[in-house]
Amino acid sequence: MTAILFLEQTLNGVQFGLMLFLLAAGLTLVFGIMDMINLAHGSLYMIGAYLMAALAQATGSFWVALPLALLATALVGAALEVTILRRLYERDHLSQVLATFALILIANEVVRLIWGSQPILLNAPAGLTGPVELPGGMQYASYRLAIIAVGLAVAVLLYILVTKTRVGMLVRAGASNREMATAMGVDIRRLFTAVFAIGAALCGLAGAMLGPILAVQVGMGENILILAFVVIVIGGIGSIRGAFVGALLVGLVDTMGRALLPMFFAAFFPPQVASNLGPSLSSIMIYVLMAAVLFFRPQGLFPARG
Amino acid sequence: MKKTIFVLGLAVAFPLVMNALDQTFYIGFGARVLIYAMAAASLNLVLGYGGMVSFGHAAFFGAGAYVTGILAVEGLRSAWIAWPAALAVAAAAALVIGALSLRTRGVYFIMITLAFAQMMYYVFVSLKAYGGDDGLSLPGRSTLGFGLELGDELTWYYVVLVLLAAVLYLLHRIVHSRFGRVIEAIRENETRAAAIGYPVYGYKLACFVISGAIAGLAGALIANQSSYVGPGLLHWVQSGTLMIMVILGGVGRFWGAPIGAAVLLTLEETLSGSEALGQYALHWQLPVGVVLLAIVLYAPQGIAGLIAGRRRA
Repeated sequence: MTAILFLEQTLNGVQFGLMLFLLAAGLTLVFGIMDMINLAHGSLYMIGAYLMAALAQATGSFWVALPLALLATALVGAALEVTILRRLYERDHLSQVLATFALILIANEVVRLIWGSQPILLNAPAGLTGPVELPGGMQYASYRLAIIAVGLAVAVLLYILVTKTRVGMLVRAGASNREMATAMGVDIRRLFTAVFAIGAALCGLAGAMLGPILAVQVGMGENILILAFVVIVIGGIGSIRGAFVGALLVGLVDTMGRALLPMFFAAFFPPQVASNLGPSLSSIMIYVLMAAVLFFRPQGLFPARG
Repeated sequence: MKKTIFVLGLAVAFPLVMNALDQTFYIGFGARVLIYAMAAASLNLVLGYGGMVSFGHAAFFGAGAYVTGILAVEGLRSAWIAWPAALAVAAAAALVIGALSLRTRGVYFIMITLAFAQMMYYVFVSLKAYGGDDGLSLPGRSTLGFGLELGDELTWYYVVLVLLAAVLYLLHRIVHSRFGRVIEAIRENETRAAAIGYPVYGYKLACFVISGAIAGLAGALIANQSSYVGPGLLHWVQSGTLMIMVILGGVGRFWGAPIGAAVLLTLEETLSGSEALGQYALHWQLPVGVVLLAIVLYAPQGIAGLIAGRRRA
């Protein structure tokens, strides 16, 4: 019984962590290369989920809608970069915070104007709605397994893109020393737009995949944005590898804490204390984790700047 | 000096004018602006003068509010006990959080202050004895004695105004004292300030604690303003809003925080209640966002900078 619960929560944690990774990967690149704090990253996630829901309804197929939604979110991201964000790179962090906070407000209201205030429904693709039996006799939702598969595939693709291709080389050069990369003749402007579009597409993918599990609603981006920031700070800003490790850590700690801590306290404390203490401590866990990491490794686990 | 008298006169006259126009609702709104001006001014001390970008200031604001709320529910409603208690608890929280956070700098400082604020947010969310997620309704406003009834909106407004004026005077003295100069020197060049021999860490921590204490007082007032405290007061969006007020008004400019608070809250109030917008008034955040964006792109020094710049030209 406990072993199955443990396994199930581990899988949930990995699934959540991988989706966090999709968000954090784009965020850490934008942060690391362009030295830009983009609070509107969560809005791209929301926009991706809404576009996905709308396209899935229009086309009638989850798998046809998915690439279209990714492309559309990437285009939105690129358009945002070219029109507004590009002008903020040279400004201080505070201006970036204010401007991208304004973008959150604008994005939320535009979405509300188009789709209304009610959460909208996005169904899991046909064929992935039921549970599957894993080796060992455990039942697990097939759609959650699909999310894990997609997340791992994207992580591998990103790894190849960053470490084996020319674009990836430029990205790494930009993350470790932007001035030097510019001096060596890298066309930073085009690189930035490309990185931003890729980051937006990853956001869109996370939004589209999580849509059937969570509610597609206005404001869905704000809470997950903070988690993504926690991930990249733990991992080290600008490092994809750090984002991957950080995302899995945060996903696992958060999910396991929520499931296991209340049980743990119930075993040692009277029920009333346990029911108060468990949930509050499990919500705090990831922030304690981040504070602890920063205390011992102020640059995160995998600093990108040498 | 002229500017100060002008602003003070405006603030004193505001509720009287509203009373004459029979718009007493706006007196309460005015008090809310004054309270947020105080909270934003406290943030401006660390953010603007100290160069420490605290993304968790709502923690102190909310702590002050909760101290007042919990004391009131437990039957202790005297302002002479509740407000200093709010101030002291917020200062203590700032001391602990600041002592740990100030070991990091830059982006990491932003994130660690945010982390601590989120921790406190979840502590109050799970504080079932005092409302948890739903928050806490106060039996009424604090009692002050001297025959002053804080439940009366006009009296309340002037009490808040006196406190804000006192806080702003204190901040003015701090910023222009030797201590304030050292704080600014540390912002400009920490290494050099340390090399001259200033205990940089101690100065920054002292600045952080003063700022947290003032935010706690503002929190005590906001709890009274609406006779309600909820965990929303500690949410990161609240920290963000305070930061927006400071940036909007002008970072490190003395009048920046009050101007930013007044402009942001007035924008919200007029747009959300606008009849001209009709059913679209629901979407008031859209024009607010557009205005904020325009200010970042075209007025990098904030509104206070815009005013000062034009006068100089």
